[in-house]
Amino acid sequence: MSLTRLLSMITRTGTMTEPVADAPIEIREGFVPPACLRGSAQVRHVDAGSCNGCEIELGAAFGPVYDAERFGARLVASPRHADVVTVAGVVTQNMVEPLLNTIDATPNPRVIISIGDCTRGCGVFAGSYAVAGSVDDFAEVDVHVTGCPPAPEAIIAALRAVTRR
Amino acid sequence: MIDSVVVIVVHLVFALAITPVLIGVMRTVRARLEGRVGGGIVQPWRDVLKLFAKEPLRAPGSSPVLTWAPLLLMASSLVLCALIPLVSTLPLAGVPGELFVVVSVLLLGTVALAMLGLEAGTAFGGMGSSRHMVFTALVEPTVLLSIYALSVPAGTSALAAIVRSRRDDLSTLLNPVSILAIAALIVVVIAETGRLPVDNPATHLELTMVHEAMILESGGRDLGWLEFGSWLRLTALLGLTVNLAVPWAVAGDASWTALLVGVAATTVKLVAAAALLAAVEVFLAKLRLFRVPELLAGSFVLAFLSVSASYLVF
Ligand code: SF4
Repeated sequence: MSLTRLLSMITRTGTMTEPVADAPIEIREGFVPPACLRGSAQVRHVDAGSCNGCEIELGAAFGPVYDAERFGARLVASPRHADVVTVAGVVTQNMVEPLLNTIDATPNPRVIISIGDCTRGCGVFAGSYAVAGSVDDFAEVDVHVTGCPPAPEAIIAALRAVTRR
Repeated sequence: MIDSVVVIVVHLVFALAITPVLIGVMRTVRARLEGRVGGGIVQPWRDVLKLFAKEPLRAPGSSPVLTWAPLLLMASSLVLCALIPLVSTLPLAGVPGELFVVVSVLLLGTVALAMLGLEAGTAFGGMGSSRHMVFTALVEPTVLLSIYALSVPAGTSALAAIVRSRRDDLSTLLNPVSILAIAALIVVVIAETGRLPVDNPATHLELTMVHEAMILESGGRDLGWLEFGSWLRLTALLGLTVNLAVPWAVAGDASWTALLVGVAATTVKLVAAAALLAAVEVFLAKLRLFRVPELLAGSFVLAFLSVSASYLVF
């Protein structure tokens, strides 16, 4: 694409971000978001065995329309840099250890968010021989986002429950 | 003596205060051009303050390098900010502001980062370190040569004196020597601070990382020092470049009015340069790794031409 076309596209498009709508999320009883995470939370995502529907919505939540960055959330490349671990999908046999390792590698205080119906009761994958259990069986989930797949608004609401912005 | 202390304190406070804002400006400019709102210009402040509040998590069996390298990087960046004429060109009493001292302090931070990358023993860390050292080996000679070219008319290699003589004698600003040297310096600053097209600071792909690959294993407070330290390097190098390119209103002594004007002027210059850098980055893709040495060799040629030309012009 030529420079002038790119420039005209940028000026034509302007800002795409829309105001957020409220969406229901389930917060663990007694969960208090850590004080130091106010206004800033780095997110590491783990796909423990999802169908990738949740990942597409998570990608949309960080895209121009929903823009989770305006609430202080940012995706990072290493669990060591993260404050929030988001998990999507059922936990497959092969992903039990990587999931637990990722959570262990995240410095305290950390928050665990589970995304999608799969993470509660395994959804359509329940009973499969490849499935070791749901996220709740392996870690204490602080915030749960319902839906299959959940709307980006709900993912944003979950992140805002941590950053409180 | 008192003047020097005042200038150093002003430099440090200025650098510490402005650096996260600069990063915030760069991220916001990028976000706006991408059609997003972005986190706002104080978001980097929130990020580092949060990192300092978190416990560092170090892998069992890791050596003290994991603890010390971030502090060494931060310390070297602070020394860099104190020595570089960001706000005032007052020659510091008892502290050498020579070009060679500044470059070696820069190198100290680079080595700390490279050691940290090797420390974890992961493939990506070592890869990041080796790439970083390759870039450094190509970047340092260019820094030396391009500033050396600018030092010829000033007759000294002390950075403060070079900036001062350029401010007082505006005829040295617009000539081939100066333009070539500044162009070389801009490429070098981009490479040294890991911006596009040399390194992508927002990448999530380990194979394309340079700077990020080295800090993958640090978390919490350690990461806070690393982030702040590398941001300070950006401020210092960008500040040096803008003050060499447009040296107006840089303070010449340690009087309050001069310092105030200097702080205001440098803030404006730095914010403008950072916004410009971020805007240009939107239009660039990361270069293939094997093309980066060509870019850096090109900047070395510019610096070399500038040194050669300085013997013809002056
Ligand atoms: S919740 Fe639905 S969209 Fe998400 S991983 Fe499970 S099946 Fe896929």
